[in-house]
Amino acid sequence: MLNRIAKVSLFAAALAAAGGTWAQKSVELLNVSYDPTRELYQEFNPEFARYWKEKTGQSVTINQSHGGSGKQARGVIEGLQADVVTLALAYDIDEIGALSGKIPDNWQQRLPHNSAPYTSTIVFLVRKGNPKRITDWDDLVKPGISVITPNPKTSGGARWNYLAAWGYALKHNDGNQTAAQEFVGKLFRNVAVLDSGARGSTNTFVQRGVGDVLLAWENEAFLAVNELGPESFEIVVPSLSILAEPPVTVVDGVVSKRGTAEVAQAYLEYLYSPAGQRIAAKNYYRPRTPEHADPEDSARFPDLELFTIDEVFGGWQKAQQEHFGDGGFFDQIYEVR
Amino acid sequence: MSSTLASALPVGARSGRQRRFSVIPGFGLTLGYTLLYLSLIVLIPLSAVFFKATELSWPEFWRAVSSPRVVASYQLSFGASLLAAGINAVFGLLLAWVLVRYSFPGKRIVDALIDLPFALPTAVAGIALTAIYARNGWLGQFIEGELGFRIAFAPPGVLIALIFIGVPFVVRTVQPVLEELDMELEEAAASLGARRWQTFRYVIAPVLLPALLTGFTLAFARAVGEYGSVIFIAGNIPMVSEITPLMIITRLEQFDYAGATAIAAVMLVISFVMLLVINGLQAWTAKRTGRTI
Repeated sequence: MLNRIAKVSLFAAALAAAGGTWAQKSVELLNVSYDPTRELYQEFNPEFARYWKEKTGQSVTINQSHGGSGKQARGVIEGLQADVVTLALAYDIDEIGALSGKIPDNWQQRLPHNSAPYTSTIVFLVRKGNPKRITDWDDLVKPGISVITPNPKTSGGARWNYLAAWGYALKHNDGNQTAAQEFVGKLFRNVAVLDSGARGSTNTFVQRGVGDVLLAWENEAFLAVNELGPESFEIVVPSLSILAEPPVTVVDGVVSKRGTAEVAQAYLEYLYSPAGQRIAAKNYYRPRTPEHADPEDSARFPDLELFTIDEVFGGWQKAQQEHFGDGGFFDQIYEVR
Repeated sequence: MSSTLASALPVGARSGRQRRFSVIPGFGLTLGYTLLYLSLIVLIPLSAVFFKATELSWPEFWRAVSSPRVVASYQLSFGASLLAAGINAVFGLLLAWVLVRYSFPGKRIVDALIDLPFALPTAVAGIALTAIYARNGWLGQFIEGELGFRIAFAPPGVLIALIFIGVPFVVRTVQPVLEELDMELEEAAASLGARRWQTFRYVIAPVLLPALLTGFTLAFARAVGEYGSVIFIAGNIPMVSEITPLMIITRLEQFDYAGATAIAAVMLVISFVMLLVINGLQAWTAKRTGRTI
């Protein structure tokens, strides 16, 4: 009996030792992200692995998970072992912290630029030749215009769409909230299909041929035009839009357990490096330091006036509660006619 | 194992005042297994729904389950499911009749096709149906383009998806009963002077009705819970084409777990009551026609 215990413990010790050395030689990271970043991280991950190997001699394998931003956050809350999260909006990361305690409250101050290494904005995708002559937000509320956007309740990207429209209406009505509500209400009554996610809406617009205009992430619109043919679609840039800041952070509760804190931190910091910024710009995300992007990539981003969610809406928590909570402004659009 | 069984059985026998002897042994064991299995697979997960919902106070619960959007979704979900099950009952019976009574080339293939909605991932079904019925689809360009009747991204789309997933339930429950139905009975009725309608009404229908009701119930229950295929074709416009399962998912996406389970609990109760009523109806028809199911 004793002999057997000794054997088992010896085996366990050997296994632990082997595991230990193995862990030093290679490490795995799980990056839980949202839908449209697929192509970005496919390119960024090998680049980071090369950099990390050179710097520390350790090989790192990065696993990716993509889906709707809210759904992904829920996965992490329910125990998905994400070392880092790179989501569509700060509110989803706030909720991971609030509901699971795995991320501290001050997470957004831990990395530069509100923890958003790249930004994007909301633009319009229209059919070739722009048959309905859509040039700005005003055109979307005209009768007979069919708009495609995902549901702000289920899609992070759609919340940016909604807030961009609201911000535009505020600016053109001297900050009058009632007028803004009416404007956004009219816009959403022109919506023909409310898909649950951004990719779903792109498919409805592009593959099913429904709608005159798609409200989309700038990077998603570029992707649609370049992948699906510049001969069928074109991008319309409105006069004013929102600065969408998709944030990233380390999940402290996971990395401390897995011992991956250092590499996870380095992974996110590398997004801010010249190489990371170049890859972001190449994948149609606006870099924080444009001087590191290839000039032809930078040239693709049109100049337009951008406002932030903090300026106009007082941050995500407030916006979420007022606009997207139960009985909030979004519900009122449909429930009170 | 055998020792526990031996000791358990006499105890059970003593505690029952009048022990009824059954020809088939093993009642205690199989019932115990049934209860354990049902608890693990059905009862415990479902009771978790109610427990989670109790995190809400009554006013909160009521607000969660009675907001106008949610109420509109109940109407669509249960209304479209009932309608789809009704349509399937009629046409499923027809399909089963054709498959049992006639022989024609390719019958085996048609028979196999019936099961396809069982096997196909519902998301695939949803995408395929949407592709066909959308304005630029094969059928959509005629129905919507020429006739101006909108199917995809409107409530009729929901109905079509629910009919699609419900077809096999009716066909597969009615088919074996039809196969066992002796043609001689019909011949006897005819020779006794019954007209065709009378033969159907008094000879065939009473035998088929219980099976048809079962098929209807299954198709209905399946339709109420369907999410994957509907979501692609519905358009998901609030107050118009949102189904209740979508409302639950929407709550979840907003990290409102209690609200989601509250709606789920209401759905469970409504479904349970409806199934109970249909089962009662079935027992009633069975008794009326002198059959035991």
